[in-house]
Amino acid sequence: MSTLATNLTTAELKAEADRLFSRKRVVNFGLPAMVLVYLVYVFFAFDVPGLAARANWGNGKTLVSDSYSYKTHITRDNRSGEVSAAIEGERKGRYPEGETPDWVSLGETTVIDLEDGHVVRFGPETIEYDIPGYGVVRATPSRSAGVQAELPTDEAPDWINVSKNRLAITTDAGRLTVTRNRSEVFRYFTGWELFWFTLDSPYYGKSFPELVGRAAQGEGGAILNDFWTNKMWRHQDVAWAIFETILMAFLGTLGAAMVALPLAFMATRNFNPMKSVRFATRRVFDFVRGVDALIWTVVLARAFGPGPLTGALAILVTDTGTFGKIFSEALENVDQKQIEGVQSTGANAPQRYRFGVIPQVTPVLLSQLLYFLESNTRSATVIGAITGGGIGLLLTQAIITQKDWEEVAYYIVLIILMVMLMDWFSGWLRKRLIRGETRKKSKLRDPKAKPLLLP
Amino acid sequence: MTDLTAGPSTVDQIRDDYTAMARRKRVYGGILLILFVAIMAAGFRTADSRNAGSFIEGWHRIFDYPAEVLSEAWEKIAEMPENLFEFFPALIETLNIAAAATLAGTIVGMFLSLMSTRGMAYLPTLIPLFRRISDIFRAIPEIVIALVLIFILGGGPVPAMIAIAIHTAGALGKLFSEVNENASLKPVEGLQSVGANWSQRMYLGVIPQVGPNYVSYALLRFEINIRASAILGFVGAGGLGYELRNAMSWGQGRYDEAAAIFILLFVTIVIVDQISGYLRDRLAHGSEKGASA
Repeated sequence: MSTLATNLTTAELKAEADRLFSRKRVVNFGLPAMVLVYLVYVFFAFDVPGLAARANWGNGKTLVSDSYSYKTHITRDNRSGEVSAAIEGERKGRYPEGETPDWVSLGETTVIDLEDGHVVRFGPETIEYDIPGYGVVRATPSRSAGVQAELPTDEAPDWINVSKNRLAITTDAGRLTVTRNRSEVFRYFTGWELFWFTLDSPYYGKSFPELVGRAAQGEGGAILNDFWTNKMWRHQDVAWAIFETILMAFLGTLGAAMVALPLAFMATRNFNPMKSVRFATRRVFDFVRGVDALIWTVVLARAFGPGPLTGALAILVTDTGTFGKIFSEALENVDQKQIEGVQSTGANAPQRYRFGVIPQVTPVLLSQLLYFLESNTRSATVIGAITGGGIGLLLTQAIITQKDWEEVAYYIVLIILMVMLMDWFSGWLRKRLIRGETRKKSKLRDPKAKPLLLP
Repeated sequence: MTDLTAGPSTVDQIRDDYTAMARRKRVYGGILLILFVAIMAAGFRTADSRNAGSFIEGWHRIFDYPAEVLSEAWEKIAEMPENLFEFFPALIETLNIAAAATLAGTIVGMFLSLMSTRGMAYLPTLIPLFRRISDIFRAIPEIVIALVLIFILGGGPVPAMIAIAIHTAGALGKLFSEVNENASLKPVEGLQSVGANWSQRMYLGVIPQVGPNYVSYALLRFEINIRASAILGFVGAGGLGYELRNAMSWGQGRYDEAAAIFILLFVTIVIVDQISGYLRDRLAHGSEKGASA
């Protein structure tokens, strides 16, 4: 009864409840509304409406289709009449003189079979494209009169582009371009051709069982060498680049830990009684951490030039600040009793640190170190893209050329696999090195206990 | 009696065993240490030989560039306020990229984490799928997506925002799902028993439990994303990084601008770190207010 025996009337109680509800309602709707307002502001601040105009969807389409397919160029020099074939139109992918893929037959009239009834003929004078369901398009290139095109219909459909000096036909089967100087056919195929061997290798186009058979006959070294020195996909350079990236992360992380550990002792209350030194060390940590990895990269690249050393040092310097802070917090939380216990056996100062302090902080230090190793693999990719080293550099180079999208796709897959592998490896090592990880994990995952994780 | 004689009975024997063990341990430790030092040394040598300039030649030049920048900035100290003012919009853009990406990443990460936690997932059979998705999102460095999107969408803040948001979603998805594992499922069951649908169960049963942790991790991510957004600017995604690259490629004569950008970036990072550290401290050592946020 006592709970009901207040001097409030039902109406007053209801009003109070209503106020509570309306406040909750305001919070529940107000918070999403604020987020929404901010997103609307960002929408206009970033000029998203203007983005549609600036975006180049054609680029996107080429990128996607190019990343899983390749094209073979059949080119006729209109002055000399010579016909050559090259994968992706690159010199490195050119077929030897007089050789072509089997869907091209060389002769007085070169016949290119694009399948599904699409046939292109490079005649002595005239280029013909037989398009099923449309007719035959003829084009006669000459130096004096440009490109004279004859279409079966009066009006050109939108997939044929005719002008005085150029004819371009794009169909599902391929593409034909005729200009005054040359005629070129592109045929698209799915896959990454030449990934294993280039055309000049004797092992090009051999099936896997055949290669195994050859390897069994003692050609294994030659096969590996041809793969390793593939000029198109550059497996050797890619392997080195990945190694460089991991090296940057490894050296940066471990180097930072080695520098930060002694400094961390100087920044703790229980190991360093001098307040001024403590204060100075902590400010050094804050400064190094606050000057972002970007700025360190820029500064160090001026001194050492581009390369993996610069990247490793940039990671080292930035992480020294972060590790210093984490380590000093771990050191401030050590149990003094264990140190006293070691001291009571007559241990000197180094022995006290070695047997009293280090065993206590090792699990925290190691697990932080391994978290950072994984995240620094990602940072090393990014820093490599800026300073020029490792897989990040290869990726930016491939993107800048704006045509080797299959290589870009390949590098992206490799980067993701590399990071996932490092993630798995550091997790595995953490479990092996630190017993009772499951118990510690929940403690470590507490945001307060780990205030600085920068994954 | 025979049992006792079978074991090490004398003090000498125990001591011998102990010293042998200690010696073995010391030898292993020594070997590991030598191996570690050798690997580090070899690593540094390899990195050094593959670098454009070597460490020995360059280490005394580390401070040349900062000194050059600072001395020029000092000469033009009068223009510093003007420069700071000039690049303030770029700073706002960098902050906006980080904030919008954190916001979007938090929302997606929340969804990913709820979908990949046992007992909360809307479709329990798809838990492994959502876990793999957040693993892959987490593994992609921001710069990869940013560079590809810059090619399609053109330079500007949007590619950077999307790139950072994707990585943030993956990273937060994993952290959030660890938080979710520790949440009690009883409120969810209670809500289910009164006929609440999935979104109501999540919004009323799970989010109030995990909210403070979510906010804390999101703040941590915001700190990280400011750095990331500055770096992405450097490859053409707008904001401070972009201005910094322009000022730097101009070289001498515009170092005062570079110095202004350095200062803005440094001060911003320190301030945001401090504020977010304070807020996270509040959230972890819960005042009641923090819990309802």
